[in-house]
Amino acid sequence: MKKRPFFGGIHPKYNKEMSLGVTDFHMITPKQVVIPLLQHIGAPCQSLVAVGDKVLKGQKIGDGEGLCVPVHASVSGTVVAIEPRPHTSGRMVNAIVIDNDCQDTEIEFSPITAPLETLEQDQILHAIREAGIVGMGGAAFPGNVKALSAMGNVDTLIANACECEPYITADDSLLRTTPEQVLEGMTILRHVLKPNRVVLAVEDNKAAAIEKIRNIIGDYPGIELAVLPTRYPQGAEKQLIQALTGREVQPGKLPVSVGCAVFNVSTYAAIFRAVRWGKPLTERIVTISGEAIAQPQNFIVRIGTPFHDLIEVAGGLNEKTERVISGGPMMGFAQSDLSVPVIKATNSILCLLRDRNGAAENPVCLRCGKCVGVCPMRLQPLYMYRFVNAGRLDEMNRLNLMDCIECGSCAFTCPGKLPLVETFRKGKQMIREANAK
Amino acid sequence: MKLTVASSPHIRGNFRTYRIMLDVVIALLPALFVGVWMLGLRALMVTLICVAGAVASEYLYSIITKTRNTTLDCSAIVTGLLLAMTLPHTVPYWQAAVGSVFAIIIVKALCGGLGQNIFNPALAARAFLMLIYPVGLTRYSALGVDAVSAATPLHHMVMPALPEESLLDMFLGRCPGSIGELSALALLIGGVYLVIRKVISIRIPVAYLGSVAVLTLIFHKAGSPLEWMLYSLLSGGVMLGAIFMATDYATSPATAWGQILYGIGCGVLTVVFRYYGIFPEGVTYAILLMNALVWVIDRYTAPRRFGVKKGGVKA
Repeated sequence: MKKRPFFGGIHPKYNKEMSLGVTDFHMITPKQVVIPLLQHIGAPCQSLVAVGDKVLKGQKIGDGEGLCVPVHASVSGTVVAIEPRPHTSGRMVNAIVIDNDCQDTEIEFSPITAPLETLEQDQILHAIREAGIVGMGGAAFPGNVKALSAMGNVDTLIANACECEPYITADDSLLRTTPEQVLEGMTILRHVLKPNRVVLAVEDNKAAAIEKIRNIIGDYPGIELAVLPTRYPQGAEKQLIQALTGREVQPGKLPVSVGCAVFNVSTYAAIFRAVRWGKPLTERIVTISGEAIAQPQNFIVRIGTPFHDLIEVAGGLNEKTERVISGGPMMGFAQSDLSVPVIKATNSILCLLRDRNGAAENPVCLRCGKCVGVCPMRLQPLYMYRFVNAGRLDEMNRLNLMDCIECGSCAFTCPGKLPLVETFRKGKQMIREANAK
Repeated sequence: MKLTVASSPHIRGNFRTYRIMLDVVIALLPALFVGVWMLGLRALMVTLICVAGAVASEYLYSIITKTRNTTLDCSAIVTGLLLAMTLPHTVPYWQAAVGSVFAIIIVKALCGGLGQNIFNPALAARAFLMLIYPVGLTRYSALGVDAVSAATPLHHMVMPALPEESLLDMFLGRCPGSIGELSALALLIGGVYLVIRKVISIRIPVAYLGSVAVLTLIFHKAGSPLEWMLYSLLSGGVMLGAIFMATDYATSPATAWGQILYGIGCGVLTVVFRYYGIFPEGVTYAILLMNALVWVIDRYTAPRRFGVKKGGVKA
């Protein structure tokens, strides 16, 4: 038997074919966009515009100090409000609201056209920052900061196209349509980081994308394509590093500690557009899928487009829709307000009917131990669940509760339908509060 | 439209409690069939009484204590069925009924119900019956003739001597014994079904049967070592115990190494009790004793922490 490249994991029903049908993307023109001033991990931006100002598409409208990257207008038009608005995280976040004049009057872009070898690393990092690039796989860590911390410390540069969450085909679509942008982006970061190994990782359920890459990868010597057997959560950073290099990131440490830097493929494409076209991050590919949406598909979406605009263009929601999720079905966030905008890290809007296998009225742990077998972090969810419910901090720490990456493999597998991930979040909060004292 | 805001994951697998329990019931059917075929309809009656007693106890307990009704998860059916498998078909009906009530009320419900009990309900009930009605539990009759009492293969092995039955007879179930333990073949079919359906892993049964095999091969008492080993595996309740009893979720470890260790412990104790105990069979007490150690075993066989080697060094 072939050795599993990472521990545990599950095989959910992927349902990716639903959203794959449409390959020429629609570009949606919303009447109004909502650009949150916080779309990354770190400090929020300060607004650079005032209500009533005219803005151009691509114009920088928010920026800040410290761990912060700017945000840009994704349409041309007039700023009509700067106020707290619902955000996919579930909180209210200050946002710049722009009425679209539908002219798409753009700023003048300043691409870097000089050959790569002649470029300074700082020059590239600056371009990445000014374009507002964050990790687009979901974590939204500022791209330039991650690249800076990796300089001189990594021997392996990884492009993550695993897209292991069911339903989502955004990265898949990107690779099927513009794989050269991804490979160019990888070439640029290779120039900055000087790793020994540069590898593009794809799961083997994306045959069309793999073929596209194979057709052109010869033009990019030194970039390796790794086709991995599909298994969730392969796209989780620690699991992907383990699968590709055999290295395990220590608890509480970052990938840099084992000489790896991982960026999502969408991020590489955005880096390419930022450096070579001078374009800021104002649009991205978003999958809209699920049994509750009429026409599942992928869109190129302006950052700031409200969810309901996209849902409308995709044919609307089934009246029995139970949840709308930002992100994937395993780790995404359920939304209550569909006026929330697409942000830089939004890869999917998922519309689901009631899950027939959903939560039980009376969840009971059978002690079947399946959760232990599927946990990619090698934890013991059944005991963690008991001890969080008992409020036992000592046991939670002994069981390394903080190592949990909340991938949901345990809860997916649990026959007793225990609310495992929810309980672990509570437990982590208890530990954090205890440590803060 | 009211949207639900709940924690991830938003999709779940189709693995459910009642499905697992039904799979166990299905897996036990071959053994039950052999029991009824060889021992007669009384075996079926005993089984039905055990199942009815268990299900009724489960239902009435939830009514009386006003706790949630768990009858529908089918776990009581499994408990009743497993208890019946361990009983001789000649056991008085009322003793079978007492056993099933004891299993559900005392061993399971009072410990907190499904998944909370420390001891395997069927085996604890059998141990209880052995204690207070030793005659009813240890008298076996010859196949087909209920009035004539017969020695089971295990009785011969205590002598020690090889049983009268051929190995093939023992494998197929042509020998006296408890209702569910006659045919190793029927039990193995059930075991394979459970493994294929991913209800159990093979770790506990293999570790259990493997350790019994190794020990009886080394410390054989009659015949050739191989014969002694095969008779040891095919006689008594080892197969039933290793496949259906020791793999009970609530009372077995959840970690991979824990399951292996636990299986070995069950096997070693079974042989020790058979060789040195006052009863010919040791399976019941071997598993019950190991049940008590499950939490400790799980604690000391926790998987290696991700990113940390044993001793805390970087992996």
